[in-house]
Amino acid sequence: MTERLATGAPTAWGSDAMQNRIRRRYRQERLFRGLGIAALALAGGFLLFLLTTIVASGWNSFRATEVQMAVTFDPARLGVDAAAAKADPNLLAKANFQGIMGDASDAQFGRGVRIVSDGAWLTLRDMAQADPSILGTTQTVWLLTTSNIDQLAKGAFDLTIDAADLPVTATEIALWKRLNSEGKLRTGLNALFLTGADSVDPELAGIWGALKGSFLMLIITLVISFPLGVLSAIYLEEFAAKNRWTDIIEVSINNLAAVPSIIFGLLGLAVFLNTLNMPRSAPIVGGLTLALMTFPVIVIASRAAIKAVPPSIRDAALGIGASPVQVVFHHVIPLALPGMLTGTILGMARALGETAPLLMIGMRAFLTSVPQGFTQPATALPVQIFIWSDNVSRGFVEKTSGAIIVLLLFLLLINGLAIYLRNKFEVRW
Amino acid sequence: MSGIGAMFAAAFGLGVLAWWLGRRKALAFVAAPGGDRIGAVHSLPQYHGAFVAILALLPALVVLAFWGLAGNGLVAAEVLAGLPEGTRPQPGLDQAAFLSEVRGLVRGDYAAAFNPVAEGAAKAWVAVERRYAILFGVAALAVGLMGALWGWTRLRPDFRARSRVERLVMGLLILASLVATLTTFGIVLSLIFESFRFFQMVPITEFLFGLNWSPQTAIRADQVGSSGAFGAVPLFWGTVFIGAIIAMIVAIPLGLMTAIYLTQYSAAGFRKVAKPVLEVLAGVPTVVYGFFAALTVAPAVRDFALSIGISDASSESALAAGMVMGVMIIPFVSSMADDALAAVPASMRDGSLAMGATPSETIRKVLIPAALPGIVGGVLLAVSRAIGETMIVVMAAGMAANLTANPFNSVTTVTAQIVALLTGDQEFDSAKTLSAFALGLVLFLVTLALNIFALSVVKKYREAYD
Repeated sequence: MTERLATGAPTAWGSDAMQNRIRRRYRQERLFRGLGIAALALAGGFLLFLLTTIVASGWNSFRATEVQMAVTFDPARLGVDAAAAKADPNLLAKANFQGIMGDASDAQFGRGVRIVSDGAWLTLRDMAQADPSILGTTQTVWLLTTSNIDQLAKGAFDLTIDAADLPVTATEIALWKRLNSEGKLRTGLNALFLTGADSVDPELAGIWGALKGSFLMLIITLVISFPLGVLSAIYLEEFAAKNRWTDIIEVSINNLAAVPSIIFGLLGLAVFLNTLNMPRSAPIVGGLTLALMTFPVIVIASRAAIKAVPPSIRDAALGIGASPVQVVFHHVIPLALPGMLTGTILGMARALGETAPLLMIGMRAFLTSVPQGFTQPATALPVQIFIWSDNVSRGFVEKTSGAIIVLLLFLLLINGLAIYLRNKFEVRW
Repeated sequence: MSGIGAMFAAAFGLGVLAWWLGRRKALAFVAAPGGDRIGAVHSLPQYHGAFVAILALLPALVVLAFWGLAGNGLVAAEVLAGLPEGTRPQPGLDQAAFLSEVRGLVRGDYAAAFNPVAEGAAKAWVAVERRYAILFGVAALAVGLMGALWGWTRLRPDFRARSRVERLVMGLLILASLVATLTTFGIVLSLIFESFRFFQMVPITEFLFGLNWSPQTAIRADQVGSSGAFGAVPLFWGTVFIGAIIAMIVAIPLGLMTAIYLTQYSAAGFRKVAKPVLEVLAGVPTVVYGFFAALTVAPAVRDFALSIGISDASSESALAAGMVMGVMIIPFVSSMADDALAAVPASMRDGSLAMGATPSETIRKVLIPAALPGIVGGVLLAVSRAIGETMIVVMAAGMAANLTANPFNSVTTVTAQIVALLTGDQEFDSAKTLSAFALGLVLFLVTLALNIFALSVVKKYREAYD
């Protein structure tokens, strides 16, 4: 009997066949476990790859290259009277600073070579307006370079390959090498990127216009979706009778949360723009569209927060004579507020990153000025990223990544705030 | 609409004043002889205040809201009527263009008028608008004051102010919760309405079963290729190919395996770190994925395809867009699988382990089969999310409506076409623009059906184990 067990039967642990089977099964176990680790590593690796690619190609957009050159503030060329301009610097607002900049550039770098950015004359104007006494003198100034020189200075191009394959000319490369060896180039903080609006020239393009558009939109979204979401959640969770109407409301909220965002864009286009004739590209329309998209999310989060408040609180308040409305507004809401706020903030983060519905309502306009109000044409940061990503020039690729870095930083900030709020105020019953 | 903000502020000021007056009167009840106990008054003083404030605010806000919504139309009608005969623009497009120019002049958007008639109309507009603004402002103030006065006279110690205020609060709650239903109806109605107009121009059978998509309708009748073809099958195929096939080939194994590893194998500490990191993948905006797919993944995929000898590889391949979309969906699949696995009773798992099965055998032969309906439901939800995803395909998948199964070729999707059709110049009556709404309707119905079906599968199965 013992003999038989040891050799032939399925439970013969000592037999070679059994040992092989066990080894195989353990090998499969290790393999399976390895697959799990591999899947996790792949997903994490992709995230890391994505972030490093974006940061590597985008961090340079926070730096700008400037070139040192001598500019003569010749009143005749500027087209202003020196004495009058010294008395009233506002006269300089329409003076021909482009002209003196062009002259200086032609003289120092040769005709027809663009080294200085087209927008750099604004620096000269601001200088002259701040100190009109420089009129008639020659000043050494640092001016913003064109995107090509900027990219050369940042080492974006592989100069070992044939120059004909590069988007920069041989003249530009030669000039850059000369200026670099003479110490006439410097790279510093790119303030324009953080304070400017869109531009056709990558070196002049900034994200503040888009960022402000996003903020204006989020204000509208928050003001509309937060009260709506919280009030609906209170009604559904605390007062609604179990009937067909309540079911319809519940089903529509749950479905809205899963509707593709682009459908909300179609709704915004058909209702807000074509039926109600609201202004195209305006933050108020974008905010309304995003509010309709965000508020089901807030309802779902708020309902969970209200559900988490224990019934004993309600019973105690009712027991000492509070009315049902008083119970909810004096006791349940204050206790559920942290959860509601967390859900709202997460909804806002989602709205901030949303692009597709905004394209539908015309927020992809090319705008070179910062929006000033809720009804003026504006764009949003994700849409700006989309617009720039269409542009193949090296300068805009860098700016796109830079804008993505800013967007991700804001999302990190918002989500961090939500986590902080949750940890600080969440009560576990 | 000059000064409408100030009018709203004034209305709220009136409300605050009414609240203070009502509350003061109620406080006087308590102080009055015979009413020296707060209990002699039915409602707390602030409810009396709120009652008066509501009676003041509500009518005033109704008047102001009417002015805000209908004011432009009223002013426009009067300005048009005031124009001399013969210079009046024809109703329709002419009139809309004229009015938008006038409004632009009034706002100061344009330095000078293109149309000399508009110059005069702009002046008239300012005058008419001011007159109406004063009219409505005074009307709002009057009804507000009347409401407040009436409410104030009704206050008595036994007046049930709280019940009335609470009834209004309930009305507000119900209104708020109706917005969701209204939005759903708004979506359905606007999609159906515009689609209906589209199907009057293009037969529905051609749209649903046609194999040729080229929505460019001509401006001139004799232009080459002016007919415009609206067979959406290539778009449906592209959507399924990218969102339901390629993306899922990436997302299902990775999502499932990460969920299995994190729930069944990893230590609690590691799980606590790894899960949020995974969730970050879902939090990255889709436009970022789109940029990454177009800039980094798509060229790599094309180079790979060329290196293995596929000469017609596109730089906007279905594979690149689908892969990146799959990565985006991983956390979603993972958390659905997580829920499904967690719902399997521990006794089943323990039983299997007690019989000597290794953990992986338990997972493969007990947990996954038991959790399969939940996992399938989760995958269907993920598919519904993937086919509705827009930015990745707009940026990385291209616009060529090919009916191909070659992942290195370019295909286009429903969402990408909606964006292409509705950005840039649009005239709202052309079949090209309206076709976007028909595509939107199909997308809405399909995602809705997928969601309802998937949720019912998940729910039904969960009940089976509860």
